[in-house]
Amino acid sequence: MILRGKVWRFGDHVDTDAIIPARHCNTSDPAILAQHCMEDADPGFVSKVRWGDLIVAGTNFGCGSSREVAPIAIRGAGVSAVIARSFARIFFRNAINIGLPILECPEAAEGIRQGDEIEVDTGQGLIRNLTTGAGYQAEPFPEFLQRIIDRGGLMPFVEEQLTARAKDDPPSGDIRGSN
Amino acid sequence: MGMTLAEKILAAHCGAGEVSPGQFINARVDLVLASELSGVLVAEEFEKLRGGKILDPQKVVFVMDHFTPAKDIQSAEIVRRCREFARKHGIRFYDVGRAGIQHILLPEQGLISPGDLIAGADSHTCTYGALGAFGTGVGSTDAVAAMALGELWLRVPESALFLYHGRPPKWVGGKDLILYTIGAIGVEGARYQAMEFTGEALDFLGVADRFTMANMAIEAGAKTGLFAPDEKVREFVSRAGGRLDGAAYWSSDPDAEYAAVYEYDTTDFEPFVAEPFLPENVRPVSQVAGIEIDQVVIGMCTNGTLDDLRAAAEILRGREVHPRVRAIIIPGSQKVYLDAVREGLIEIFITAKCAVSTSTCGPCLGGHMGVLAQGERCVSTSNRNFRGRMGHPSSEVYLANPYVAAASAVAGSIASPDMI
Repeated sequence: MILRGKVWRFGDHVDTDAIIPARHCNTSDPAILAQHCMEDADPGFVSKVRWGDLIVAGTNFGCGSSREVAPIAIRGAGVSAVIARSFARIFFRNAINIGLPILECPEAAEGIRQGDEIEVDTGQGLIRNLTTGAGYQAEPFPEFLQRIIDRGGLMPFVEEQLTARAKDDPPSGDIRGSN
Repeated sequence: MGMTLAEKILAAHCGAGEVSPGQFINARVDLVLASELSGVLVAEEFEKLRGGKILDPQKVVFVMDHFTPAKDIQSAEIVRRCREFARKHGIRFYDVGRAGIQHILLPEQGLISPGDLIAGADSHTCTYGALGAFGTGVGSTDAVAAMALGELWLRVPESALFLYHGRPPKWVGGKDLILYTIGAIGVEGARYQAMEFTGEALDFLGVADRFTMANMAIEAGAKTGLFAPDEKVREFVSRAGGRLDGAAYWSSDPDAEYAAVYEYDTTDFEPFVAEPFLPENVRPVSQVAGIEIDQVVIGMCTNGTLDDLRAAAEILRGREVHPRVRAIIIPGSQKVYLDAVREGLIEIFITAKCAVSTSTCGPCLGGHMGVLAQGERCVSTSNRNFRGRMGHPSSEVYLANPYVAAASAVAGSIASPDMI
């Protein structure tokens, strides 16, 4: 997938309350959640961001809550991908699980500025700064995670496993890997 | 090569003799947990899953605690959807009047045993590490996967060992040990790792202190925070009516490998306070004393046990909350509340001019029951002080232990018990 857009920069430790304040988490409607994306970090963000734009942030992006509405709000606001120096682990899982592209790339997180136009090849992990001409290579995902990413998220992966189990085994409470 | 406690639990849950850090495994899950905030997404996603049924409804628990008793119509709606989903699928469901804050409630209900693996759609699921159970926070889709498959993909984490030496002085508890630790290593100091807590200082503290410490492992970025279960844990689980047969009282092998080992001498500790807007902004209470406050919150999943309320009551007995301050006490569960009533703690709080609330996560995440106005300042026994966490983006939360929170309520400004 090739993504292209303008960059919105955020700093280190952008927490899930900054991404989507809990006071707005009493809904699962992506459209409502999107209206409040980054509200406490940059109150004007939702009105400024355009469809396809990207977030570039520092270290530990998405720390805090397990709320899956955080990547849902980001995607709902039109953001096509998040590039960061590093991600907090639950946000990392959630983004992959719902199919929001994320890239871990300290050099890009360092080098890319607010407002730069960038192009991202999510399959290859290649990031190109169209404004400066600089190029970056994101950390590759472990093979296991790449399989989930390739399917667009965890749900198709789960369905595949359920189908495989139905074929292989008579329905039972047994699960692979248990004693 | 020896294994750490975390590795032993994960190895036992994927049918492997041993596992090592970095390895991806499918781990059998003993319990899946969600609140109404994550549960509503779980319900929606699960109904979309083709061919999905809950493998074992008894291993799925929904606890309505974040915005309950429903704070507004939208919250009432998401709780209703969780309730309907629970009825349809026959999962365990804890509603208003029978519930509590999930991380206080589940151990108390005997649903957590040493050696268990718990996938909770709540980041503070790491709390169960206090009982030697591998609790880890996941999102709603992960919870759906665990419900349908009975297992969850996990990357085996590196372990980091935290050794606490010495005898912690009076007024210093688990909250101070974990705040100090997060201050020392930072909010991503244990990112992706399993924290393991040990050392003779912990012998002077109770199981409640372990819950507080494990609870905040996520605030250092960790996947879980573990204590090797001991006789105190066996007593706790036995009293709670939990599973004793098959529970695994493991500890790390002497030659287990750690990504890092940290040692702290607690002898000269004083209570610590985390200033806004990160839990790593930790300073001794003496250095922040005198900062005027508007509100105090005591309780929550971090410090909502009976022991925590006893600590607050020890300070508030015969005293009164400063006229400028609102003090809100939130017992962690119905049982904690009732025990506190029977012990006379609630009378102490009300006499001291505190508001006592039914169990809810409410104020901790700026939901209800104590939301802060612009520029207001709160001392809270909760676990997060991010910008806007408890209300207006300019409001401030200072994290502290129950003694300090209670003393601050009396003083009207941040104070240690020795100062009032």
